Amino acid sequence: MKILYFAWLRERVGVAEEDIQLPPEVATVSDLAHWLATRDAAHAHAFSNPAVVRAAIDRRHVKGDAALAGAREIAFFPPMTGG
Amino acid sequence: MSAALSLADPFGVRVQAEPFDAAAEAAAMTRGRVDVGAVVTFAGLCRADLAADGTALTALTLEHYPGMAEEEMGRLIAEARQRWPLLGARIVHRHGRLVPGDPIVLVVTASPHRGAAFAAAEFLMDWLKTSAPFWKKEDRAGSGDWVEAKSTDDAAAERWK
Repeated sequence: MKILYFAWLRERVGVAEEDIQLPPEVATVSDLAHWLATRDAAHAHAFSNPAVVRAAIDRRHVKGDAALAGAREIAFFPPMTGG
Repeated sequence: MSAALSLADPFGVRVQAEPFDAAAEAAAMTRGRVDVGAVVTFAGLCRADLAADGTALTALTLEHYPGMAEEEMGRLIAEARQRWPLLGARIVHRHGRLVPGDPIVLVVTASPHRGAAFAAAEFLMDWLKTSAPFWKKEDRAGSGDWVEAKSTDDAAAERWK
């Protein structure tokens, strides 16, 4: 699964993108965020406050309960501040 | 030669590092047609705000999610077309390093009458701020911090629901 990070999530994780084989029990976006947080200190720091992390599946905004099945690209990022 | 002069489709979005020409974008939208009665052009600029500690902003760096940024703004335009009788709608958003005074974002809307053009431009800006994947990092006297999302922006977007 291709996982992308933006803004301070990217800085905390230390990479903009990674390809990760997910265990079968990781079924939703929330599952993935919690699982990523257990990988190492950098990921734990990035996902320390899940309330301020947003996500997109295949370039569309999703909530935490969205299923990962069939997804090609998952992105995590803070609330948007463009415009 | 400005890219805006060769744009035939009056609907669309662009994400670019280069500055934009607001007047040229508006002119391109109405060139050769007589059904447009109202054009609204909105430009958002980089502002030299002082931080709480008094340090001045020296630059903003805008990061975006390539692909999703364009698609999300395209979805906003599609939604605006469902709500108002628009004859044109364009969003141009810049990325990269910008200094105070630089243009950041442009919204141009066209319709037969002014009400729809004003409302659609405001709708597009309000939703763009909370749903288009862009993030601003402030550069102040050597230190850099990501801009936090504002609850007032969420409220501005919510009122269109």
